[in-house]
Amino acid sequence: MRSVLGDRRAIAVLLGPALLVYTLVMLVPMGWSLGYTFFKGNVIEGFTFGGLGNFTKLWHDPQAHSALRFTFKYAIAVSIGQVLCGYLLALLYVFVLRRSSAVVRTLVFFPVILPTVAVALMFQKLFAVAPQNGLANVALEGLGIHHGDWFAGAGGSFMVLVVMDVWRSMGFYGVLIFAGLLDIPDETLESARLDGATGWRLIRHIVLPLSAPVLLSSIVFSINGTLKVFDSVLALTNGGPGSDTTPLTLYMFRTAFSYGDYGYGSTIASLLTVVCLGVTLIIFRFSRRDLTKG
Amino acid sequence: MTDTMTAPPRELLPSPRPATVRKPGSVRRLTRNLLVALLVVVEVTPLLWLLLSSFKTQSEFVNDPAWSLPGKWDLHNYADAWTTGHVALYVRNSLLATAPSLALIIVLGTAAGFALEVMIWRGRHQVLLVFLLGIMVPSQMILLPLFRVYFQSGLSGTMWPLIITYTAVGLPLTVFMMATYFRAVPREIFEAATLDGAGMLTALWRIGFPVVRNAVFTVALVQFFFIWNDLLISLTFTTDDDLRTIQVGLLNFTGQYGETAYGPLFAAISINVVGALVLYLLINQRIIKGLTAGAVKG
Repeated sequence: MRSVLGDRRAIAVLLGPALLVYTLVMLVPMGWSLGYTFFKGNVIEGFTFGGLGNFTKLWHDPQAHSALRFTFKYAIAVSIGQVLCGYLLALLYVFVLRRSSAVVRTLVFFPVILPTVAVALMFQKLFAVAPQNGLANVALEGLGIHHGDWFAGAGGSFMVLVVMDVWRSMGFYGVLIFAGLLDIPDETLESARLDGATGWRLIRHIVLPLSAPVLLSSIVFSINGTLKVFDSVLALTNGGPGSDTTPLTLYMFRTAFSYGDYGYGSTIASLLTVVCLGVTLIIFRFSRRDLTKG
Repeated sequence: MTDTMTAPPRELLPSPRPATVRKPGSVRRLTRNLLVALLVVVEVTPLLWLLLSSFKTQSEFVNDPAWSLPGKWDLHNYADAWTTGHVALYVRNSLLATAPSLALIIVLGTAAGFALEVMIWRGRHQVLLVFLLGIMVPSQMILLPLFRVYFQSGLSGTMWPLIITYTAVGLPLTVFMMATYFRAVPREIFEAATLDGAGMLTALWRIGFPVVRNAVFTVALVQFFFIWNDLLISLTFTTDDDLRTIQVGLLNFTGQYGETAYGPLFAAISINVVGALVLYLLINQRIIKGLTAGAVKG
């Protein structure tokens, strides 16, 4: 049997096309981009060798620093928002709504599949001040909160951005964590209740530790997605005002396509890659140590 | 009482859980209803407002408060968005980019997942890890070399850059998910098939594909949303205005004379939202399962 399952010709026919496409369109360009980091220029003007010039430029570039800072600020704020809201939703589904949670789950999940551009344009109008006060502003002013133009300053733009991305994706994390909470055995919860753990204590000492694995994968997934944020920012604030809400992804895009600097663009993309891989590794290391301790 | 029965079937089914907080029933019910009402308001109001506003005229947008209702209910804005706003063209372009990429992703990804999981050979785990790399690395890392190649080979100005890039970017997750699904299928089934003299290709086509048919559908949904909602790749490779996909078109949406035509813009956003809603109402459980499965495995 081994010989049939190990048929080399069949393996080549089945795996070959996918591996070829993947190699040519992803692996080779990744290496190529790394190569670009040592060059200046673009396709039209030609390339000149720049040595480590792009890296020293990156090190001293205040715009790159602020883009990196914004990337982290955004990733941390939105990840906390997404996972926290997702966790609260999951608790609501499992412990409060119980059997009747399917409809609410379906409803809260819907924005997840909406195109980001459509959601961003909608939020732009919700928080707009012209030609008329947007609905969100009307509601906030009803509550006594007068903010003025949200998109005029860095703080306001950032807040709308975070609110939008949490609104858009909390249903997703709700279902993800919900599925994890269902894996907690009923007997464990029941015996904890018999020992007198209810409400907050039950969640803090039983539910939270037992849902650590799904919480971890939610955090990793969330961080990895938010570090790569592009669509929401571009469509909601276009990186502005000024470049106050410009993450690395958008800065790379501008550098490469608006200013035609492929070498420096690739250097920023490489920094982003290092950040993504590094953060994921750190979370895994950190969580493993923590798990063995507990 | 129910918790003494068999364990709940799996994820997305209602869970038989006893009450945690033993408050009097009415207080409990009130809290619950308030929470649900709040959630519904937060989720539904923006979308409802969007849809209602899409029927307003330009002067209603400018002169009436945001919460006012449109005076007339006609599809004028929708007709405007669809034709002068080029939404019809953008939707067509998106379909032209999505359909071939999706077909390629499914065929190549399923075959590769089968070769990596069902067939036995040295190095298959390493190859799977190489595919995993493609899930982690940001797309920004591949854009510039691809742009150069598409430009110099004369592919720019056609749909090919989008189709090729979407196919390649979609493959890692697809291969990974298909490998996971094939892992659950007993290898004996394929071995038995080959006893009758069928080759592995026949075994995949006759047995493998039908067995994971549901999984294929799920993966196709995940990839569909990824491609349909993509902005970065389409923005990079659509150099020609006539080739804009729906997301790029929406981002650059302006009225006939270049001014912000609020009605058609709201209508164009609504077309996107309603389209997604129709698909969602048809197969929402599938979508939810697929997207969350993709997350855990990715």
